[in-house]
Amino acid sequence: MNTRGLRSQLKDSVPVTGMGPQVGAYGVQDTLRSGFSSVKNELLPSHALELSEKNFQLNQDKINFSNLRNIQGLHAPLKLQMEYRAARQIQRLPFLQSSHLALDTLKGNDESISFEDILNDPAQSEMMGEPHVMVEYKLGMM
Amino acid sequence: MALSNVVETPASGFNFENVSRNVALEGLLEGGHTKAPKPMKTGTTIAGIVCKDGVVLGADTRATSGEVVADKMCAKIHYISPNMYCCGAGTAADTEKTTDLLSSNLTIFSMNSGRNPRVVMAVNILQDMLFRYRGQIGASLILGGVDCTGNHLYTVGPYGSIDNVPYLAMGSGDLAALGILEDRFKPNMELEEAKQLVRDAIHSGIMSDLGSGNNIDICVITKQGVDYIRPYQESEYKDKRQRRYKYRPGTTSILTEKIVPLELEVVQETVQRMDTA
Repeated sequence: MNTRGLRSQLKDSVPVTGMGPQVGAYGVQDTLRSGFSSVKNELLPSHALELSEKNFQLNQDKINFSNLRNIQGLHAPLKLQMEYRAARQIQRLPFLQSSHLALDTLKGNDESISFEDILNDPAQSEMMGEPHVMVEYKLGMM
Repeated sequence: MALSNVVETPASGFNFENVSRNVALEGLLEGGHTKAPKPMKTGTTIAGIVCKDGVVLGADTRATSGEVVADKMCAKIHYISPNMYCCGAGTAADTEKTTDLLSSNLTIFSMNSGRNPRVVMAVNILQDMLFRYRGQIGASLILGGVDCTGNHLYTVGPYGSIDNVPYLAMGSGDLAALGILEDRFKPNMELEEAKQLVRDAIHSGIMSDLGSGNNIDICVITKQGVDYIRPYQESEYKDKRQRRYKYRPGTTSILTEKIVPLELEVVQETVQRMDTA
């Protein structure tokens, strides 16, 4: 359920990260990659839903794990999160398409269809990244 | 061609990249005399009542886009599952996609569990989905169905509010339709009487509201099955062509005729072989 458990959300709330400047390696604006910065663009999201959609999955997980911890004790979210972490590592290199089958099955996404499955499917993406660049970004080398 | 400014795969779901561009475009267009095209709304009258044997849903068939009738035979009663149908008012694309997603999710559920889905399940899924998008998905829906717990009629608003009532009307013509329903509704009505009441309610919506019109569709859901009558009643105001508008050959008389032969000479000839192997 998406809308239940608001009380636990208040207790362990996720701080809302704004649109924030795109910091590069040295802590300043990374002009080469993300272009010139503008305060207006970064302070406010342009659409009402942009922020809430960006953090939606995180917030949902936070609510569910809080609820689970309150009901069953600390062991339940710990075990689940360990399984999620293990399943998240089963994927190909970043520039290739991974199916995320194990992660989807754990989260229950294989039994429901939502807008994430219909719109902007990464498998149909028209842009492809440079393999070296993407792997370096993933490894934190750039 | 691989781009070097793409460092992660794009996230799936809604993409908000063009919002600031659209806002800027809106500002530019207002200065001129053109406006951005409006999305197609259903501007509707939809109604539903619970009767003794089941649920009767009704809808008109007009879809408007601004001040123009975009579709005269629009289907507003959407299939959700063998025992549930849903009428949709609001933005046409939103109601269609939302009910499609709901139908797919319920099909997966019934395949997994081997049971017919209940109406409360559908209503809860809809409520979650619409509340998540804070009303940006403009879909007001009337969901009616028969399941093991009885006959149910629910309404779901665009912001995720739900209501469980024995009779309902939504859309731009809902006040007119509700007037008829409030006057003549009785609990546990017979099927034929219920169909007539819904037909009258939609008819008053068509007569009093500009956004509703054309034909009336009725959907009767009972334990035995579904009867989707489309159209239940055709509009009396259908336009009929008075005469054929094609011109007979020879209508325009030829006054003079002048023939000028074009003289061509072959300058260059090239032959290109087609590879038909």
